[in-house]
Amino acid sequence: MATRAEITSGLGEILEEVAGVNPDDVAEEKSFTDDLDVDSLSMVEVVVAAEEKFGVKIPDNEVQNLKTVGDAVSYIEANS
Amino acid sequence: MSGIDVVVTGLGATTPLGGDVASTWDAMLAGRSGVSALTQEWAAQLPVRIAASLAVDPSEVIERVKMRRLDRSEAIALIAAHQAWADSGLKDSGIDSERVAVSVGSGIGGAQTLLNQDDILEAHGPRRVSPHTVPMLMPNGPAAWVGLELNAKAGVHSVASACATGAEALALGLDIIRSGRADVVVAGGTEAVIHPLPIAGFAAMRAMSTRNDDPERASRPWDKGRDGFVLGEGAGILVLERADHAAARGAHVYARLAGAGITSDGYDIVQPHPEGLGAVRAIRKAIEDSGVSASDITHVNAHATSTPVGDMAEIGALRAAVGDHPILTATKSMSGHLLGAAGALESIATILAIRDSMVPPTINLDDPEDGLDLEVAAHKARPLDIPAALNNSFGFGGHNVALVFTRA
Repeated sequence: MATRAEITSGLGEILEEVAGVNPDDVAEEKSFTDDLDVDSLSMVEVVVAAEEKFGVKIPDNEVQNLKTVGDAVSYIEANS
Repeated sequence: MSGIDVVVTGLGATTPLGGDVASTWDAMLAGRSGVSALTQEWAAQLPVRIAASLAVDPSEVIERVKMRRLDRSEAIALIAAHQAWADSGLKDSGIDSERVAVSVGSGIGGAQTLLNQDDILEAHGPRRVSPHTVPMLMPNGPAAWVGLELNAKAGVHSVASACATGAEALALGLDIIRSGRADVVVAGGTEAVIHPLPIAGFAAMRAMSTRNDDPERASRPWDKGRDGFVLGEGAGILVLERADHAAARGAHVYARLAGAGITSDGYDIVQPHPEGLGAVRAIRKAIEDSGVSASDITHVNAHATSTPVGDMAEIGALRAAVGDHPILTATKSMSGHLLGAAGALESIATILAIRDSMVPPTINLDDPEDGLDLEVAAHKARPLDIPAALNNSFGFGGHNVALVFTRA
């Protein structure tokens, strides 16, 4: 079971690969759209890559609730 | 003829001969071939294992994350468009974006994206298909990206007429400015389909050269040993501008796009009319539209793709519609056939020939076909006074487009 820090770091790798986000900028309080500039199509890529990396299912209706990196970490932590 | 003059104020290109217009033109004047062997693993099984690949890969120009959401044809259209825009002096000029239009086409479109994403679909299922797939493969994608990045708001257009696309996109740009719908049109063509499926398809038509052991000599328009075209990839973009608009801002003018002629054969889906009647009509319309006389046209950048039938049909059409005085060249002997970008790249070559009073060579014309009774600048560039020049493009589907450029 990954820790919150490990999940955050894993999301940072995905965000760098998919959207060119500097992994040092990725922290739990950051908003995907407002702080990290991740647009809706890139967010789809992030979700699919996160599902694979962490072995979770993130349904489409859940994605809209993942506003911040912390929201995503909590979801992955609770469902993996 | 129309009362509105249209001039060319910017050029951009990325081609098998160079990553920009200057290096491409230098390579052409030097008679260099951009054709090489395909060394990719997938090429081994193909009957055709040569192509004219880009001299500079777009990933060297556009950063990685942006490349992820661009089809190769879109990426190179953007590279050429940014070059042309900067060259025109319109970048940061404060031009009214509602007076800028785009006309950029592709012969085949985002085929590499379509095929690569189909591989992912087959291997991993639909959830792994990229959310960028549709904007990457849509045929209007290159034009839309150019419009987006240059902030062009007078309309974005993407014509598709196979190998006449680049020329037809320029003809549309001419129409748009003449009709008053824009002052500036960023126009041209783009193509990037060096991939096993398009190659297998063209090879199945027996349209491509199979001179696999001698790539640089494979594209040989009008030569007796020609055996088909060589596929190339690249993009060519021109900035077309209303002449008085260009004059008012003191812009550098390369040439005038004086006229265009567009016809269709109504004959066969892929075979050109055997007497080139559609080509003859297109050339005559272009000359009439330009207001110059046929005797002023001293140079022709021919469509001549190195196919057995097409090359000689064009000679007949040129003799009938222009006469026996122009000096011809076929720059596809060096660049390969850029399909939907060919007409745009060859328009750039035509314009630079006018500017430099220099006809780029047709390489590999070692043994001219019987009946080649017009003069060709074979092997070496040839100095020539060029008050007006013609560029021909013909495409599968029976499309014929002729453009006349004149000295500014």
